[in-house]
Amino acid sequence: MPRHEFIVVDPDKCIGCELCETVCSFVHDGEFNPLHSRIKRVRIEPIINISLSCQKCEDPDCVNACPQKALEKSEKNGSILVDEDKCTGCAFCIRACPFGAVSMSTETGKVLICDLCESIEYEEPQCIEFCSREAISLKTVDQVGDEKRIDAVKRLLTEMLAESK
Amino acid sequence: MTLEGYTQERVNIHLDTGKIERGSISEEFCINWIGGYGFGAKVLWDELKPGTDPLSPDNILVWAIGPYPGTFLPTSSKYGLFAKSPLTGLFGMAISSGSIAQQARRAGHNLIVFYGKAEEPVYIMFDDGDIQILPCKEIDLWGKGAWTSDEILKEHFHDSRLSVAGIGPAGEKLSKIACVTNDRNRQAGRTGMGCVMGSKNLKAICFRGTKSIKVADPKKFYELGKDFVKRSIGTATSKYREYGTPSGLVSYNDMGMLGNYNFREGYFDKMDKFSGQWLDENLVVKKVACSQCPVACDHLARVPKDHPLWAGAVGSMDIENIYSLGSNCGHNDWYAIIKAITLCDDLGMDTISAGTTVAFGMECFEKGIIKKEDVGYDLSFGNGEAVVKMIEEMGNRSSKIGDILSDGSRVAAQKLGGDAMKYSMQVKGLEFPMFDIHGMSSFAVGVSVSIRGACHLRNAAYGLDAKGKFDRFTYDKPLERGKAIKAVEDEYAVIDSLIICKFTRGIYADKQDHCDIYKTVTGYDMTPEKLMLDGEAILNLSKCFNIRAGATKADDYPPERFFTEAPTRGPAKGVTLKKAGYTKVLEGYYEARGWDKEGVPTDETLKRLGLDFVIGKLKGGKK
Repeated sequence: MPRHEFIVVDPDKCIGCELCETVCSFVHDGEFNPLHSRIKRVRIEPIINISLSCQKCEDPDCVNACPQKALEKSEKNGSILVDEDKCTGCAFCIRACPFGAVSMSTETGKVLICDLCESIEYEEPQCIEFCSREAISLKTVDQVGDEKRIDAVKRLLTEMLAESK
Repeated sequence: MTLEGYTQERVNIHLDTGKIERGSISEEFCINWIGGYGFGAKVLWDELKPGTDPLSPDNILVWAIGPYPGTFLPTSSKYGLFAKSPLTGLFGMAISSGSIAQQARRAGHNLIVFYGKAEEPVYIMFDDGDIQILPCKEIDLWGKGAWTSDEILKEHFHDSRLSVAGIGPAGEKLSKIACVTNDRNRQAGRTGMGCVMGSKNLKAICFRGTKSIKVADPKKFYELGKDFVKRSIGTATSKYREYGTPSGLVSYNDMGMLGNYNFREGYFDKMDKFSGQWLDENLVVKKVACSQCPVACDHLARVPKDHPLWAGAVGSMDIENIYSLGSNCGHNDWYAIIKAITLCDDLGMDTISAGTTVAFGMECFEKGIIKKEDVGYDLSFGNGEAVVKMIEEMGNRSSKIGDILSDGSRVAAQKLGGDAMKYSMQVKGLEFPMFDIHGMSSFAVGVSVSIRGACHLRNAAYGLDAKGKFDRFTYDKPLERGKAIKAVEDEYAVIDSLIICKFTRGIYADKQDHCDIYKTVTGYDMTPEKLMLDGEAILNLSKCFNIRAGATKADDYPPERFFTEAPTRGPAKGVTLKKAGYTKVLEGYYEARGWDKEGVPTDETLKRLGLDFVIGKLKGGKK
């Protein structure tokens, strides 16, 4: 099974500035509107900040939920592709997504899902390009797991080292 | 020509009748007055009757933004509030960031003017074009802290992203130093704009905007805007990102400029652990940003969970509130500072005025003007716990002295009598920011001529002293100094009108940079000359507002303490300001501005700035 990269946001680095939202809507539509962004900032006061975007689930709830069969997981990059001709804006996918990563355009009534900026002219996803804290990155599940393991072992070793002193 | 950037809509809200008028503002108005400060200055000059009592229904509250909110231009999400100040009796203004401006802009708003007083406490929901004036009682809002109100309103409208700017108990109870809080840690702090909202029975304004925003030249904006995003994480802002504004504690203290003990001193004797670095390494738990700001100067610090009094309190740390609630009250107790900041933000009081007024109270306590039996505890300098207690009593007006101090140090001094006025550290009624000006001969003038009272954000002449542009202990080159003081002030008038954050001022290489981004957003071919002339005109118009309200040359002097009592330690040890030298520089500034010796703009100056409509109207007002 091919490993696809998806947007990962580090909550320790995220400052909650919303630039990712603003630039996402701008590069896709030529206008600024966070409601049309494919990435959403979440802030829980006072200190939690993160942005969420499509996680490219292997068995996507959004695709399974769509009664019109308007959503399809791309073989090529794992992105969820929206067939705008089929999408009726029923929002079942929005309800199904466990991350709230699907939104709907206030103008077209069609759903919006992160396409890693592949439908537009930019080389790199623009949220990543604009993030001042390098809090957003593209990773595969294997990379995420690898980083988590290294973090865990570092923590564990620190405790072991401290105990041995 | 169609101007992008501006919605060009104006809404007048008559709180007494509930009538809502929708009008438009012309392209000419937008270009000449830019936004924010400029819009506020023009509306208040045109429409506020001279002699109006700031707390009467006749006062006018202006909410305004510039052309940038909603775009990703760094720090573009800023709004301003403008009214006659209950604290100074003069031009009142306060600027805040956070989410409000961009949300309001998407709702279609550019300029909102509030008139009259609602019969009962209300809040207003701006839901795109729909505007509803709603009673507070239905959701039990009145009496709640600003933070709780924010939560109630977000829940009520089922929208965690709803933008709310509101007052706490301090504003409701007409504290003259009441602020407006939004996004928890962002405040339109100074000159009592929260008091004006309270006097109008206006608890909060909420914005929800869903419309997309266009700019005139999207392609160019992308390139330029991205460049500014990159620049805003460069060296020009590194201190704000790393240790935040508290990085200045040590550097300004080293120059003897850190106000402490109610400005008896500028060199603090309790610098142990009192630095931005220590704070960052030990207590800061998160750095957060306003909407569209890559800088994230907002550094949140937390009181440890095992603290007996204030466990878990999380406060937004800034050099100004650390000075006002800390060093100026003679203590370096971080936990007390954090707790006091949270109280100010939630109760809705300007941290600078509140802390500096507590410091005033402490000095009155020391001198026996306030007695222990009046307070019930030891209100001495150095007692951080007393600062926290007094802030709570001021915000709620819940004790005799808290009630008196709730209106700022000038009103408190009038009520307390005796020598109290000697210890009121303010200009025009507005309490001092962090800088001790004993050894700052240029900023002494800058902070004193500031339109809204003692303020480093209207007039940034502290840089002239701190960077050694002029000798800070003497008064030579008065005209040259005057020109330099004017230049930074005009630049800030532009920045406060656009409105962008001063922390990104360093990312603009020159005025042309400002014009380039203005053009890509609005389509209007702004020139550096016109931009600066606009800034100068805005400054002059608000000055004229003050003159019409009764301000005179005497209001452009700092407190006597700076002329008569010298610090006993640090680089400014033994130094006082000299009245004759000060006056020389003040008059140099007046000359640089094209004002007469009394500080009144000449007709020639008014004509040069396109302010012909002011001529002949500068007499007859009263504060």
